[in-house]
Amino acid sequence: MSDNFFKFMTRRRFLGASAGVAALQFIPYEAWSAEEKQLNVYNWDTYIGETTLPNFTKQTGIKVQYDLFGDNEEMFAKLKAGNPGYDIIVPTDYMVEDMLTLDMLETLDHSKLPNMSHLDKAFLNPAYDPGLKHSLPYMWGTMGYGYRKSKVKGTPDSWSHILENKDPSLSKRMSLLSDQRAVLGGALKYLGYSMNSHSATEIGKARDLVISAKKDILTFAEDNGQDLLVSGEVDLCLEWSGDIAAVMADDSDLNYVVPKEGSNVWVDNLCIPKGAPHPGNAHTFINFLHDVEVHMEIANTIYFATPNASAKAKMSADYTENPAVFAPADVLSRCEAILSVGDDARLYDEAWTAVQAA
Amino acid sequence: MEDWRKNKFAFGIFIGPATFWLVLFFMLPLAVVWVYSFGGRGPQGQTIITFSLANYQRALEWIHLGIIWKSAWIAGIATLLCLLMGFPLAKGIAFAPAKWKNPLLLIVILPFWTNLLIRTYSWIAVLRTRGHLNFALEWLHDKTDMAMTFLGLPELMGTFHPLALLYNQSAVIIGLVYVHLPFMVLPLYASMEKLDRSYLEASLDLGAGHWRTLFNVTVPLVKPGILSGVLLTYILSIGSFLTPDLLGGTESMMIGNLIAQQFGSSRDWAFGSALSFLLMYATFIILWIKTVNAKDGEATGI
Repeated sequence: MSDNFFKFMTRRRFLGASAGVAALQFIPYEAWSAEEKQLNVYNWDTYIGETTLPNFTKQTGIKVQYDLFGDNEEMFAKLKAGNPGYDIIVPTDYMVEDMLTLDMLETLDHSKLPNMSHLDKAFLNPAYDPGLKHSLPYMWGTMGYGYRKSKVKGTPDSWSHILENKDPSLSKRMSLLSDQRAVLGGALKYLGYSMNSHSATEIGKARDLVISAKKDILTFAEDNGQDLLVSGEVDLCLEWSGDIAAVMADDSDLNYVVPKEGSNVWVDNLCIPKGAPHPGNAHTFINFLHDVEVHMEIANTIYFATPNASAKAKMSADYTENPAVFAPADVLSRCEAILSVGDDARLYDEAWTAVQAA
Repeated sequence: MEDWRKNKFAFGIFIGPATFWLVLFFMLPLAVVWVYSFGGRGPQGQTIITFSLANYQRALEWIHLGIIWKSAWIAGIATLLCLLMGFPLAKGIAFAPAKWKNPLLLIVILPFWTNLLIRTYSWIAVLRTRGHLNFALEWLHDKTDMAMTFLGLPELMGTFHPLALLYNQSAVIIGLVYVHLPFMVLPLYASMEKLDRSYLEASLDLGAGHWRTLFNVTVPLVKPGILSGVLLTYILSIGSFLTPDLLGGTESMMIGNLIAQQFGSSRDWAFGSALSFLLMYATFIILWIKTVNAKDGEATGI
């Protein structure tokens, strides 16, 4: 299939607008058949539906090579020196911003993403990528406490519960995340500062607070706080909303709360990295993930909050009314996105090393 | 064996592939890391080549030296435990009947057939609050309690409180000893295998006890093996980051974790490279001390 074919099909698709919407849906697959039927996806662990990938392959004939990363930085490190062949990556808001600055993301062709129309309009113009030119929101969530109701007295709705623990029975029964911006950010919020502080004094105060809290902390968990909670290793952990919501579904003694001082709210995004070998298939995949039925299955599996308004409208109440999925609006209004702090990242790094070494 | 000078061509053919491999996939990347170590971090975490010594200066700050010092200690304790356990084990295998030697060695090497990550994770299953070890202890406690109640002392044992075995320094040391024990046993075994038993018999015949024979005859004779085992274990332990990461608590950061943090979340590859090279220089110094020590021309065991 040559370039001429591609151009021809594109022109036909343009003309075909009058030929009816149904036909239009199919033409993009035809147009991209110039690409081999292969797609290399690099996603977070436990971040997709159970049938999503097989159904995608069944529907499009495109084989999916699916790799996992544990955090944004791991993904960034792998792409920093050049894209090793990924077509789809799922960076969080601040990472999208950094990758855009470094010109690491392809421009999305919105005409190939008709399912964009399902997006809640609150997500259409984020500060990190105005107009969603290079990214499409996939899921969003908050950071908060997962806790065991029978072991924690009352509702631990403040950062003080973990940073200034008064309950001796919770000593060494709590875990923080092994994430410098998240943990120092929580301490900054508790002290009344911004999560994205550039002030060495403020970050220093947050560092001292976390160091003094360490005597009651069991470990800095590698995004497996929910496992520690389920296995009874801790009674309270700092985690991402959906990770706790997913285990809450199996254990009614578990609950999730966002500290009232405010916490982190984030959006993960579907992006195509520069140098992607199959950009056509990547567009097909992004569009597929926002198909209402497909998206509902994903949301029902991973329990993160969806930016897809059409899918949300069709979801059941135990998802849409679940505070572990959608945090209450007043708490959410005090939450912040983690932003790139540029050269001041070193302040956070040094504070974090001090926390670890203390 | 023929002197290599007599047949340079054949020598070149044999040594060529390995040299090519080492230069292309080891020396060149290492050179890149070395250049990085004089660089800096851009605002988005890019590596900027600046040719300054700032990273090394930073690496020598007290806080980083403290982490290096702690790593050295933990690796030292792990190495000592490996030696104390590995020595009798190696001796046992070396002195075992010939038909048993290979099966016994196989058992020592067997853990390598499983991935390190899985082996470390299984320690979590053993050590955690509701892990196998605490279950076993609880079972023992319950049985003793039952026996005591039977003997008319119902309150003696009290209730069982699971031990906090995971997420602390001892868990890290247990993990390090477990992972690195074979690296101690193998060189020790190689040395002991070659040990001339008649020396030991002579020592015992001439009136020295077992302890004196051990320290005055066996240890000096297998010293090269001990040195190799200790160095291998120590160098591998001091640089490890997976074990402290998975089994350690809030104060278990080792130099390997600090380096991993720089290449990961901190996105400061330049500083991470400088730390790596500092660790490598330290390793070279240890190896150099070994070479000086082993100057008498003895084989080193491996």
